Amino acid sequence: MDPKEIIARRVALELRNNTLVNLGIGLPTLVSRYVPAGMLVAFQSENGIIGFGACPPEGMEDPNLTDAGGGFISALPGAYAFDSATSFALIRGGHLDMTVLGGLQVDAKGLLANWLVPGRMVAGMGGAMDLVAGAKRVIVAMQHAARGEAKIVPELTLPPTAARPVSLVVTDLAVIEPTEAGLVLRERAPDVQVADIVAATAAPLIIPDTVPEMRL
Amino acid sequence: MREAISPAAAAALVRDGSTVMVGGFMGVGSPHRVIAALVERGARDLTIIGNDAARPGHGIGALIDAGCVSRCITSHIGLNPSLQKKMIAGEVQVDLVPQGTLAERIRAGGAGLGGVLTPTGVGTVVQDGKQLVKVDGRDFLLELPLRADVALLRCYEADYYGNLTYRLTARNFNPIMAMAATTVIAEPDEIVPIGLIPPDHVCTPGIIVTHLVERPH
Repeated sequence: MDPKEIIARRVALELRNNTLVNLGIGLPTLVSRYVPAGMLVAFQSENGIIGFGACPPEGMEDPNLTDAGGGFISALPGAYAFDSATSFALIRGGHLDMTVLGGLQVDAKGLLANWLVPGRMVAGMGGAMDLVAGAKRVIVAMQHAARGEAKIVPELTLPPTAARPVSLVVTDLAVIEPTEAGLVLRERAPDVQVADIVAATAAPLIIPDTVPEMRL
Repeated sequence: MREAISPAAAAALVRDGSTVMVGGFMGVGSPHRVIAALVERGARDLTIIGNDAARPGHGIGALIDAGCVSRCITSHIGLNPSLQKKMIAGEVQVDLVPQGTLAERIRAGGAGLGGVLTPTGVGTVVQDGKQLVKVDGRDFLLELPLRADVALLRCYEADYYGNLTYRLTARNFNPIMAMAATTVIAEPDEIVPIGLIPPDHVCTPGIIVTHLVERPH
């Protein structure tokens, strides 16, 4: 299975019925493809809509109906459109059950960096700082390593997105939960051994007696 | 009653050196006809407040390309590499603000508030130089209000009182910016007779809209 598909399918298992979920741009948007059948999940796009669906067929796009990356979307029956202050009141005000964000680094304390690489990538934080500060659960969906370099590190070398640790990290190799005691290895990807994960992780991992395979 | 003016007449109301809020999110819900007129008239030294820098040549990106902008207060410039280059070269000052904080600072500016307390940015570089306030044992940053000389809005329908409606995700920052500027210029897709927009559907009250741009030809 493609690494991104592994990540998206595993994150989708964290979705719960009747919840409000925000998916970040890029890899996290793939999660919406794997919503379990029969489950009702309301997806928010922070540019101002709850209840959006896939891009409509060519020629049926609406220039006033887009996601946070500017891509065309559709509005599902029951959708709600709103302004940016309301959008972030939903995010900060305890109304958002879960957000899924990409990551550049996560450290041993569970802190996330995903908005700036000094001197190289000056994207800006967009909504990421509000999402990490405000969502009930924050899930990081990212490749375990980038160009052979570990992304799960003892301490962030990039500027943090928030002072609050994330709830769960899902990669193409593993599911890792940040806890008070440290990073706990919860699951491994199909055909991946614990030793492979340890080798690809720069931060120390707490390894329980059994580390089950992801049930994708 | 508001007389509908041309985009060029609207652009003439934006003085060089002024602070301008521009509605839109990646150019969706941006007043593209007024932006084109500002480029045409060669506006200079503007401070732009807007969610993002869109893409080169599009929305706020078109103003930046044309050299109209000296400072940008925004949450995201990741999809505009030409602004990133201008920022690194020192040609345009960029103040990065978390998106929700940007929305609330504008809202505070339009609502007569002295600022807002937000948990966003605590423990990050966003905290630098800002007052930390504890409320019920939790840390918040004091973020100050933003106001502008001019707000440039895009709306769906307007009537000749200036009442505005918005459409889907083109709403974004437009209604809060309408409250936070001295001169408020709305660029509608359609102008309808007074009385046609039901009162419950009016999102921005016409009394705060100072100028209405004519409908597209």
